[in-house]
Amino acid sequence: MTNRLDPPAGTARGPMLKRLAGHRLLWPSLVLIALLLGNLAFTHDFFAVRIRDGHLYGSLIDILQYGAPLTLVALGMTMVIATRGIDLSVGSTVAIAGALACEHIATSSDPDGAGTVLTAVAVALGVAVVLGLCNGLLVARLGVQPIVATLILMVAGRGVAQLITDGQIITVTSDKYHMIGGGHWLTFPFAVLLAAALVALTALVTRRSALGLLIESVGGNPAAGRLAGIRAAGLLTLVYVFSALCAAVAGLMISSNVNAADGNNAGLWIELDAILAVVIGGTALTGGRFSLGGTVLGAMIIQTLSTTVYTLGVPPETTLVFKAFVVIAVCLVQSPAFRARMPRRRKTGHPRSDTTAGAAGRQQEARA
Amino acid sequence: MSTGIANTAARLTRPLSRGGSRRAGTRIPLIVTAVLLVAMFTVGSLRYDGFFSTQVVLNLLIDNAFLLVVAVGATFVILTGGIDLSVGSMVALSTMITASLVEHQGWSLGAVIPLVLAIGASGGALMGWIIHTFEIQPFIVTLAGMFLARGLCYTISTESITIDDPTTVSIAQARLYGSGGLFVSVSVIIALVVLLIAFVVLHHTRFGRGVYALGGNETSARLMGLPVGSTKVAVYAISGLCSALGGVLMTFYMLSGYALHAMGMELDAIAATVIGGTLLTGGSGFVLGTALGVLVLGMIQTVINFQGTLSSWWTRIVIGGLLLVFIVLQRLMTGRRAETD
Repeated sequence: MTNRLDPPAGTARGPMLKRLAGHRLLWPSLVLIALLLGNLAFTHDFFAVRIRDGHLYGSLIDILQYGAPLTLVALGMTMVIATRGIDLSVGSTVAIAGALACEHIATSSDPDGAGTVLTAVAVALGVAVVLGLCNGLLVARLGVQPIVATLILMVAGRGVAQLITDGQIITVTSDKYHMIGGGHWLTFPFAVLLAAALVALTALVTRRSALGLLIESVGGNPAAGRLAGIRAAGLLTLVYVFSALCAAVAGLMISSNVNAADGNNAGLWIELDAILAVVIGGTALTGGRFSLGGTVLGAMIIQTLSTTVYTLGVPPETTLVFKAFVVIAVCLVQSPAFRARMPRRRKTGHPRSDTTAGAAGRQQEARA
Repeated sequence: MSTGIANTAARLTRPLSRGGSRRAGTRIPLIVTAVLLVAMFTVGSLRYDGFFSTQVVLNLLIDNAFLLVVAVGATFVILTGGIDLSVGSMVALSTMITASLVEHQGWSLGAVIPLVLAIGASGGALMGWIIHTFEIQPFIVTLAGMFLARGLCYTISTESITIDDPTTVSIAQARLYGSGGLFVSVSVIIALVVLLIAFVVLHHTRFGRGVYALGGNETSARLMGLPVGSTKVAVYAISGLCSALGGVLMTFYMLSGYALHAMGMELDAIAATVIGGTLLTGGSGFVLGTALGVLVLGMIQTVINFQGTLSSWWTRIVIGGLLLVFIVLQRLMTGRRAETD
């Protein structure tokens, strides 16, 4: 994942300053770099990466590892948001997936067997597909607003997760299961490799085939898409299933990292962090465009922010205040109305001029 | 924009063909909710001893007074087609401010309550202003409000603040007795007054009609010369005010301020509104239905408590299931408006 992060910041820096200035990922990259450098000021060995027992350790590796579940959830969310939708149920899906897997492993006779762990993973992913289908059918077939359709699962899902764990925190002792979220492979944390692989696969499938374009067309202009013969319903269902699957993998990571499933707190508010990551990454909530690289950067920014707050010794809960300002700032910057208004300062008080200016701004953005 | 015009066109032709049936159609969810409430009460009365009493119904109001106030505020926002996710956090922030000012700073309640209400209303108005002025989706702006309010709670204190102040405790424990030993708390009276005011405002004032018009179709409302901007700011201010008041009532109910109070209450408020027959797309609904919705949510909780063997998380699942039924019902009621354009 480090490889994916570096190019937009590193390679384009020298010769193509002009192209860089207009690049979509410029601001997220700068924010991330600023945050990391800010950390360096407080913790001097922040960038130090050590190798212990053949594994990589260090603050940067921690950020990557703890940011992996968020990156995955945000990855699924990016696809949903590209269709002008939103998936609020990912937090519940995270909890359900973790609960199912841990429940299966804890009740089996051979908790460390490869078969048990694989079945547990398969059960969790299978249920996630069903959950995603529910969301997708509500949105695509019944035409319910996405925020409302996924709200149902968000409310009920926590209850379902509690039901699976019987309100307890299920602990498991399985080295193979711990591998998913806490293990190392080829000196790298396995979670980071898994997340990187999924991001790369998604990028390959969406950008090397027409799929990404089709998804964007559903979000950009559904009417035009329909006239062009794009079957929106299938694509919509697909993105919700994909989002649920990503959330389920993230749920497996989170529960396996702590060797426990907590129906109440696992993935709590991760949907909001994921939306935030997507928005910071430059994917507009109005759909029609998405940036996977931006989403990964966004997830890393949020994880770095959390880490920074921990290292500063501020009560971790106050991160929420920072996040609130970040959300508003990013949304204002993305808002065509805000952009149109900035140079003029004083409002014109004419709603019509706003909409035309907004449309112009949007076109400009699309060209960039 | 083009879909908006298409919608308007669809809407203009619709009343001619369907006539008065549309008005009756919007009431069906409300009737379903009322039937559901009566059915749940009947089944509960048949199955459990001591369920069939007026006090059980009054306890519903006592335990859910703050939710009723919050849900009334949410109804205003949802009627305009918006959504306010910040209400739960705003409730928590209000409990924190009230508790810390009364307990740690020694302020009197008479000074604290107006301050809290003012904070809630101005916070809501600010969000409404951002939503309107910069054309950002209400969902993301109120999400930021949610983060901010919850985060501010923690800057006040990460611990729960218990209230021992004698005045507050006496108000919280005051019971208004009626005939036959039945009683309600002060909060219930406040909540019912809020409901009554909301009913009058929504159904009998110019502002109320503006709220419905805005939810029906914003472009039409603007073309008709309605004050779209100020109405939008006002509904979010009302929602903020109601959540602050809900927070004050919750402080009385819990006798403490805590950053983790009212977790997920925004969802309960939205669920109550939807179950009460308000369309999430806006423009149609009843504030009295919201009260019914709150009672249904409370009734689910009561039935689960009486059952004893069911765990509390069943409440969430049942609420989710109900939400699903009502949302699907709404879609079927309003027809396939989206697909016709």
